[in-house]
Amino acid sequence: MSEQPSQSDASQHPAIPNPATQNHDGAFVRFLRATEVDTRLLGMIGALLLIWVGFHLYGHFVNGFGAFLTPRNLWNLSVQTSSIAIMACGMVLIIVTRHIDLSVGSLLGFTAMIMGVVQVWVLPQFLGLGHAMIWPITILAGVITGALIGAFQGFLIAYLSIPAFIVTLGGLLVWRGASYLVARGETIAPVDQTFALIGGGPYGTIGATGSWILGAVVSVAIVWLLFNGRRQRIRFGFPTRPMWAELLIGGVGIGVVLGAVNVMNSYPWPKGIVRRYAAENNIVVPDGGLFISHGFAIPVLVAITVGIAMTFLATRTRFGRYVFAIGGNPEAAELAGINTKKMTLLIFTLMGVLTSISAVVASARLKSATLALGQFDELYVIAAAVIGGTSFAGGIGTIYGAILGALVMQSLQSGMVLIGFDSAIQQLVVGCVLVLAVFLDNLYRRNST
Amino acid sequence: MADVANNSENPNTATPLVAMKNISISFGGIHAVDNASVELHPGEVLGLLGHNGAGKSTLIKILSGAYAKDEGEIFVDGKPAIINNPRHAKDYGIETIYQTLALADNVDAAANLYLGRELLTRWGTLDDAAMEAETRKVMNRLNPNFTRFKDPVKQLSGGQRQSVAIARAIHFNARILIMDEPTAALGPAETAQVGELIQQLKKDGIGIFLISHDIHDVFDLADRIAVMKNGQMVGTAATKDITEDEALGMIILGKCPPQATPGPGALAD
Repeated sequence: MSEQPSQSDASQHPAIPNPATQNHDGAFVRFLRATEVDTRLLGMIGALLLIWVGFHLYGHFVNGFGAFLTPRNLWNLSVQTSSIAIMACGMVLIIVTRHIDLSVGSLLGFTAMIMGVVQVWVLPQFLGLGHAMIWPITILAGVITGALIGAFQGFLIAYLSIPAFIVTLGGLLVWRGASYLVARGETIAPVDQTFALIGGGPYGTIGATGSWILGAVVSVAIVWLLFNGRRQRIRFGFPTRPMWAELLIGGVGIGVVLGAVNVMNSYPWPKGIVRRYAAENNIVVPDGGLFISHGFAIPVLVAITVGIAMTFLATRTRFGRYVFAIGGNPEAAELAGINTKKMTLLIFTLMGVLTSISAVVASARLKSATLALGQFDELYVIAAAVIGGTSFAGGIGTIYGAILGALVMQSLQSGMVLIGFDSAIQQLVVGCVLVLAVFLDNLYRRNST
Repeated sequence: MADVANNSENPNTATPLVAMKNISISFGGIHAVDNASVELHPGEVLGLLGHNGAGKSTLIKILSGAYAKDEGEIFVDGKPAIINNPRHAKDYGIETIYQTLALADNVDAAANLYLGRELLTRWGTLDDAAMEAETRKVMNRLNPNFTRFKDPVKQLSGGQRQSVAIARAIHFNARILIMDEPTAALGPAETAQVGELIQQLKKDGIGIFLISHDIHDVFDLADRIAVMKNGQMVGTAATKDITEDEALGMIILGKCPPQATPGPGALAD
């Protein structure tokens, strides 16, 4: 868009003080316009790469070994990010509607404890240890618990008009206390074997072939989405992206997917596990050792599935449209006939469900339900959403941003562990990065509107 | 519903499009609207006048479903209507352009136009392409200069935002249109545009409630005025029968000239 037709608008809003966009657009601006890529997204990916490369080089030069950009670390990073990423998807909707949920960490601990009791103490008595129905019943129990608690908190917020901050601050204490009461503070272990697969670990992966198949399916989906989007635009006579931009987006998307598959497949099972697996399956281990790939871990697939489902919900459905409308102007949403109270109830219920899914992943990964599970998670989840561009003013936020935000948080955390920073420094850095990220985001927004 | 008193001054003897009868509502002991009645006929523009706090916005918010009345009845086409929330009002073809415009600031024009009644694909997902295409058509008619279909309405100018709000109100075959201070935020050219729009809507047989501080505006656009004071109806009069000074007398003193039909709030002589 040239500046002439929008003169009246430019006079109403602070114009972009960047001479490059004012007069003749630079190549980069033209590139962004053609590809319609979100510049915030590019910035976040840039920051993420900077963190990755920075930690790797720091390790390389200071410790003599760059441990960050190795398949092993990236695989671990993907698993560690999953639990926070799943909850961050729900937190986006909560913050977009101008609420907050401080209870997710405690709720995660509580639902994990309930699931621990169900699968370790209760079900084996009736079904026998290791019964195939134990894990689905356990997860169902966990999801129902999470949904009910989320709905209850949502009810207090929506229908009794208690601020979300207070309700969930209460929840933070109540559910932590409740999880102590459930098992008198005991650690409940070991969880069901099939259930444990959801937490990852060498067996909790889909292997090399599975990962390639998944990569191929996702690549096809990317092509289909681009093709379908273009067809829709042509059907309604809207401007389309130039062909080279479509090809570039498709190419980069597929490249990232297949690259990720390759990295996940480059991380082999540890020797001990390979030996045990070979012995169990009567496979002879050759001299050089047997290379069995991890491939994508199941918790990562859970997180990706949640991310896709939540993106769909947020952008393609009425529910999502109402979430953003309420966030932008609650009064207007109500006057348009949206039942904002019911929406609040549903959003908090959804948060409860996602928290319970995170509880499955987190407790399966530890193979136990402990009292401390999920402690301080609320802070990481909120930070992930906020770093991912969710605005506390309401109405603004994306699911992919929150997932990237979770990845940034976890990258910082594991990066500092890898290069040997102690936990005091870690907290310091994470805290500063959070504030800095919001500051940069504000700056970006001020310049772009 | 045939209100004999009104027929004498209004040539339209048919059933009123909407009749609000003996409406009362109070907030914490304050009677914001007290026993107010008003009627609107097809193709008629009724100017609702009064000071700040006279109760005109409150009365109209009862009709649009934003507030639930304490007492009284509402009739649409002579039939009792139950309006407890904005959805009900829209089901009766009552659309409102609020003074604040009531737009969802962070979504685009199409999303605002269809807010609460989105077009869906056969899969039950939002049909954004169809909504945008429809929005382009409507906006082309209302405001041909409007091109910013992808931007959140927050980034639009006052006039552009106003056109989005108007488009939303008239796109769904409104029969009764409530305009709350429609020109308060507009420049002279845009105000004239709103005037033209009102004339056109009148021709289509739409009844319009026009709420305004600006008495000149109302005399230009309205067929009839209804004046409120302290939550009560002072009276109604055809704009051609009374002068602006007499209308001001009704607003400030609650004094009805002989040509007007006095209401319960009229100053006793």
